[in-house]
Amino acid sequence: MNAGDTTWVLVSTALVFLMTPGVAFFYGGLARRKNILSLLMQCFFIVCLVSLQWVLFGYSLSFGPDMGKGLIGGLEWAGLRGVGFDPNPDYAATIPHLSFMMFQAMFAIITPALMVGAFAERIKFSAFAVLVLLWTTLVYDPIAHWVWGVGGWLRDIGALDFAGGIVVHVSSGVSALVMAVLIGRRLGYEKQVFVPHNLPLTVLGGSLLWFGWFGFNGGSALGAGGLAANAFVTTNTATAAAGLTWALVEWQQHGTPTVLGVVTGALAGLVAITPACGFVSPMSAIAIGILAAVFCYLAVTVMKPRLRYDDSLDVFGVHGIGGIWGTVATGLFAERAINGGGADGLFFGNVHLFLAQGVYLIACVTYAAAMTWVLFKFVDALFGVRVKKQEELVGLDLTQHHEAAYTVLE
Amino acid sequence: MKYIIAIIQPHKLEEVKQALEEVEVNLMTVSTVLGRGRQKGHTEVYRGVKEVGTLLKKVKLEIAVNEDFVEPTVGAIVKGARTGEVGDGKIFILDLFDVVRISSGERGGKAIG
Repeated sequence: MNAGDTTWVLVSTALVFLMTPGVAFFYGGLARRKNILSLLMQCFFIVCLVSLQWVLFGYSLSFGPDMGKGLIGGLEWAGLRGVGFDPNPDYAATIPHLSFMMFQAMFAIITPALMVGAFAERIKFSAFAVLVLLWTTLVYDPIAHWVWGVGGWLRDIGALDFAGGIVVHVSSGVSALVMAVLIGRRLGYEKQVFVPHNLPLTVLGGSLLWFGWFGFNGGSALGAGGLAANAFVTTNTATAAAGLTWALVEWQQHGTPTVLGVVTGALAGLVAITPACGFVSPMSAIAIGILAAVFCYLAVTVMKPRLRYDDSLDVFGVHGIGGIWGTVATGLFAERAINGGGADGLFFGNVHLFLAQGVYLIACVTYAAAMTWVLFKFVDALFGVRVKKQEELVGLDLTQHHEAAYTVLE
Repeated sequence: MKYIIAIIQPHKLEEVKQALEEVEVNLMTVSTVLGRGRQKGHTEVYRGVKEVGTLLKKVKLEIAVNEDFVEPTVGAIVKGARTGEVGDGKIFILDLFDVVRISSGERGGKAIG
């Protein structure tokens, strides 16, 4: 047990917690004023719901003793039985098992919260709550087990994901796309521009995300040492490069850079560096950040309007595409000189890691998309996922929560 | 009696107020409104999606005056709000049927000032 490591992981846990309210404000500002509370509510509700799911059985499904074949953990650790003060050396030898569990809880919480941007402004709250619980249990928990759990089948093929590029961002991004397509476009799509109602809130949310991400990536070293420092530096560097790149691309395309653009670019950089941050050098992080901005910009401004899916707040365009690029980039830029526990990427003469990253991507994308499709159809048949037309026009704040964010009269 | 409605540029409100004070017109109702005239608004861009012809922020003044104050009031608004560019705004002058001062119950011209 190491006091420094434990301190850093506990602090990181609190940092990652703050990202979920950060996502809420990021999305809330992008929505129309009649729907901001619904987005804040969905994120805050997820914090409560998944926190309990995690300690009751989610942690055990993800990290508990493998049930065989590497697909899912058993229920031996349900209710945190046996998860106590002593470290579990399989996961983190120098911190209490409890603090590893709690750090991972924050990842389980933020992942479904990222998806709310895709079906924003038109989902029925009751159906949403059921869908999130099922999704966390049947999509997030298995994928977390495959990649991070002892005995997980992807953990054993040699793929690398330092802080959850696949488990968190690709899984939520791809699932978000499936849900956006299944729930359908918002009323007024292509007839009106859905103008963000409060960009300062979006910038505030984006700033909280960047801040919290130091815990997300730096804390994933599970110790207070050089590896955490490397993750910290690569995270900040890639994010800066991506924000700057997005702004420059807009400057060239539209004659002026936008606030929303620079924040969106930074977020794309944060996502892309996530799987790579503990395996690549700061100079590689710059390349990863620049290309993350370019790929996500193309996804959001060219691919989305061409394919005409209403991923309302660009969850797939930023988290899906950014996470896929980050996973590929890890296979290109990783070097053992940075992290001896990792592997060399394609640019350092090793093909195996690059191929493993490909297998890893295909498995997780396919599973997340297929299972999300099944769960959505199931919940839709039971409750109906989309609100009525009149409710959508009035707004979700009033119709789903009987509240309004802004008063006009005293 | 006339009811004068003026739509002006927001940044011209202070100058219009000063010009109105000079001709001793102190009463007015002011609100922020959205509007669009010959200049056809701004272009906004959100993640590459362009919105052309957005409505612009304007300020609306409403002033009720007796007949001999009509020309001084209109003159003061024009003096304060004019830049000579498209988008300076418009003034509408309507006949006013009656006025009631709620506190005293006075009607018509006596109630207006």
